[in-house]
Amino acid sequence: MEPIHIEEVQKQLDRLANKEVYVHLETTNGAYASHFNENAYNVGAFIRNAKVNYLHGKIVGDNGTYRVGLKLDIGWVYAEGVNQWELDEQDRLLMAGHDREGRLMVALEISEQPFKN
Amino acid sequence: MIDLEKHVVVIYPHPDDEAFGASGTITQFRQKGIPVTYLCGTLGEMGRNMGNPTFANRETLSDFRKKELIDACKVMDVELRMLGYRDKTLEFESRDEIAQHLKKILEEIEPSLVITHFPGHAVHPDHNAMGAAAIEAVRLMNPDSRPKVWAQAISHDHVKLFGEPDVINNVKPVFDQKMRTIMAHRSQAQGVLGSMNGNAESAANMEEVAKERLGYESFYTWKFD
Repeated sequence: MEPIHIEEVQKQLDRLANKEVYVHLETTNGAYASHFNENAYNVGAFIRNAKVNYLHGKIVGDNGTYRVGLKLDIGWVYAEGVNQWELDEQDRLLMAGHDREGRLMVALEISEQPFKN
Repeated sequence: MIDLEKHVVVIYPHPDDEAFGASGTITQFRQKGIPVTYLCGTLGEMGRNMGNPTFANRETLSDFRKKELIDACKVMDVELRMLGYRDKTLEFESRDEIAQHLKKILEEIEPSLVITHFPGHAVHPDHNAMGAAAIEAVRLMNPDSRPKVWAQAISHDHVKLFGEPDVINNVKPVFDQKMRTIMAHRSQAQGVLGSMNGNAESAANMEEVAKERLGYESFYTWKFD
């Protein structure tokens, strides 16, 4: 993955709008958060292969950290903290935010085909 | 502690659980010529560590980890079977179905010892779920042909609750091999070792920290009934 290039990502968000797409959305601080730090609290959520059709998507942010919002007919998809992106060989838009040690903290991915289960 | 077993089966959910938790013990069994089979529940699809610097992403991670798992098993010289569950979801699957799945494999291999996680005391929900299913699988077997079970606890309070584990293996004599097994998990090793000690910057330092933290592998012999 590469540091987010906001114009390039926006182009891909536009390409994937107004069609049936599959979304992987995830955030986590890891299953060991409270094991290594008793003051920490484990949180995480993921949705794999949510089928949506968004009206428009937008990436906003600066200083290397970005937010992405997808406006749906009846709601929103939102991710904060993505800082890297990639258009993979299957033309899937992968975005993620990693901490300094390279650990994934948040991911938002959009694909025209379902992600591998 | 390393008796002449007939066959040892290790049951953990993630590629690298075997490396950090039991690769020293596994090596000691293999040195005595005892066959070892690793039943690995998932491919660690939802792991946070993507390599450092990152080289994997959420969609490619499982391919990397599968290869790392195969490499680690080559280092340990053990048979590998991948069970095909998905990372983070084991506790939501039917425990009975997983137990039946495991029981079928155990009845085929007929091990004399099973190593798994101590349910409820293994920190990660997948560890707890896989350990519970493994112990249920053995419980369902004919008591006359049940293997022994060594259950590994990771929680901070297990010694307070249950006393010292009855099996404590000093694996420092085979630590080079344990470290090679850990390092075979290229996408995970540095991140996991780093979270044990944030100051371990150099490789040598990291190995020292690892030896301190991982030089003993301990288990509770499970009591059925």
